[in-house]
Amino acid sequence: MIDYETSLRLIAPEILLAVSGLVLLLVAAWGGDRAARAVSIAAAVALGTAFFLVMPSVDGGLSGPDRIAFAGLFRADAFAGFAKLMIFAASIAALMVAPSFLERTGSMRAEYPILVLFSALGMAIMVSAGDLMTLYIGLELQSLSAYVLAAFLRTDGRSAEAGLKYFVLGALASGILLFGMSLTYGFAGTTSLAGIRVSMVDGLSTGAMFGLVFVLAGLAFKISAVPFHMWTPDVYEGAPTPVTAFFASAPKVAAVALTARVAIEAFGSQADAWRQIVVFAALASIIVGALGAIGQTNIKRLLAYSSINNVGFILIGLACATASGTSAMLVYLAIYVPMTLAGFVAVLMLRDANGDPAERVTDLSGLSRIRPALAWCLMIVMFSLAGIPPMFGFWGKFVVFRAAVEADLLVLAALGVATSVIGAFYYIKIVKVMFFDEPAPGTAAVTGAGTGTNTGAIAMRDGRAHWALLVIGTLLVSPFGFLATGWLGNLADRAAASLFLVA
Amino acid sequence: MIGIEHYVVVSSILFVLGVLGIFLNRKNIIVILMAIELILLAVNINLVAFSAFLGDLTGQIFAMFVLTVAAAEAAIGLAILVVYYRGRGTIAVDDVNRMKG
Repeated sequence: MIDYETSLRLIAPEILLAVSGLVLLLVAAWGGDRAARAVSIAAAVALGTAFFLVMPSVDGGLSGPDRIAFAGLFRADAFAGFAKLMIFAASIAALMVAPSFLERTGSMRAEYPILVLFSALGMAIMVSAGDLMTLYIGLELQSLSAYVLAAFLRTDGRSAEAGLKYFVLGALASGILLFGMSLTYGFAGTTSLAGIRVSMVDGLSTGAMFGLVFVLAGLAFKISAVPFHMWTPDVYEGAPTPVTAFFASAPKVAAVALTARVAIEAFGSQADAWRQIVVFAALASIIVGALGAIGQTNIKRLLAYSSINNVGFILIGLACATASGTSAMLVYLAIYVPMTLAGFVAVLMLRDANGDPAERVTDLSGLSRIRPALAWCLMIVMFSLAGIPPMFGFWGKFVVFRAAVEADLLVLAALGVATSVIGAFYYIKIVKVMFFDEPAPGTAAVTGAGTGTNTGAIAMRDGRAHWALLVIGTLLVSPFGFLATGWLGNLADRAAASLFLVA
Repeated sequence: MIGIEHYVVVSSILFVLGVLGIFLNRKNIIVILMAIELILLAVNINLVAFSAFLGDLTGQIFAMFVLTVAAAEAAIGLAILVVYYRGRGTIAVDDVNRMKG
């Protein structure tokens, strides 16, 4: 018997997002694109409120039977809460940076914040999934919104192409995942993650093995792990930059958290069966991400490879299949999100002589002389992404490797450390271009975001929003971040423990 | 007597046809949309067959969800395709290459 009162209380953040999304859709339909800015603010407020609603569950490390809603379909535990905090924060950031970018081409429509809102709702559902059905519905809500977001610049051919590629490959991934789930259902006899776990305690039948492989392949698509990464660079390059920033942060957190939940909660009793797949994907992602980025001339494409590379490190944490590994994975994600967001915000702030967005690596040359503050922020972000010690990015890699060593995955940890050096090459190359190359003519008039051709109070406010995000992100990944290691580690430990409670 | 394995074999064949339809198809993108639909229907056969075999309703409910989502997915896919066609004037698969990769 379902206790509706408790269940509804547990899904309050999701209800809030769903209801405000529907109301805002009506507002957008009546108000048209003039309401775009108001809808943006309202959506950000809804996400912020949901953020505070989720906070107590993470802070208290809540888990166990009283955090299960609708007879196991939905779990509002600390693990889901931890992921939701990152998802909502990244979604708010994606709302803040979008208006000034989209207004330049006149494509700031009221649908943008609504799509981000529904996408965040889908992500919140998928990280809380306690059943394959909840998982599928959340994943599709997130993906369908994301396909439209990628194709949001209707006049730009690259955006439409990115949307199309994302749609075709994303739908294929959903299909593979779904086929795996149908096999899992057939051979486990249930769709609940806890039930699947129980059915697999005595070993894996061939059918269930196929199901597991298909499910993991579909999820690898969603987190853009090698060998299913080929869509990432094209989609990241073609999608509007604020959308790319969104793709690289929130959906990645959600998909990684979902993968961890499925791997540990549903298939946790057969960790040896999936560990080799995850180890392979981790190492391949690190290497392909690092090597692929080297020749890139487009910064967004380069950051796409960087995100593939980072997923590899995150998967090392998952491969441990221990509570400390999952906790390390969460810490890495919590550092990765501000890092990647700050990187994309910095890219958004680059403008060429006409005030148009600049996104080639050569546009960065001599940036330290033209806009020193931006160059220094970007340098800190790049060093942090490379994992160079005084920066906080180092801590993320450190905890992941420590967890791998503790779980007796010495070879994996050693290979991970060795290959992370390859990645450092192109991050440092960007710093070199910014600080030691001569400013290229034509890009010299790199102006502040919002100034240039965009004038007026609105543009200035956006400039401030960009700076605020960039400074917050940079501070978080700078050496100051180390002040938070104990607190962050505690939260992540408790969140990871809630995932292992059923084991 | 038709057992569960026959259903699984049929759905697996349909699934593989769908995947091949996406990768081997060199004509146009509508065919890809049809291939995606084929994959989802293969999954539905699986779900309904397992549901009947296990005597458990969950699979059929799941199939309903899949049908609903497949409809939404087709709508969004066609919408993106229309936007793409307006910009490019073609929907041939070989022309989707403004960005390398």
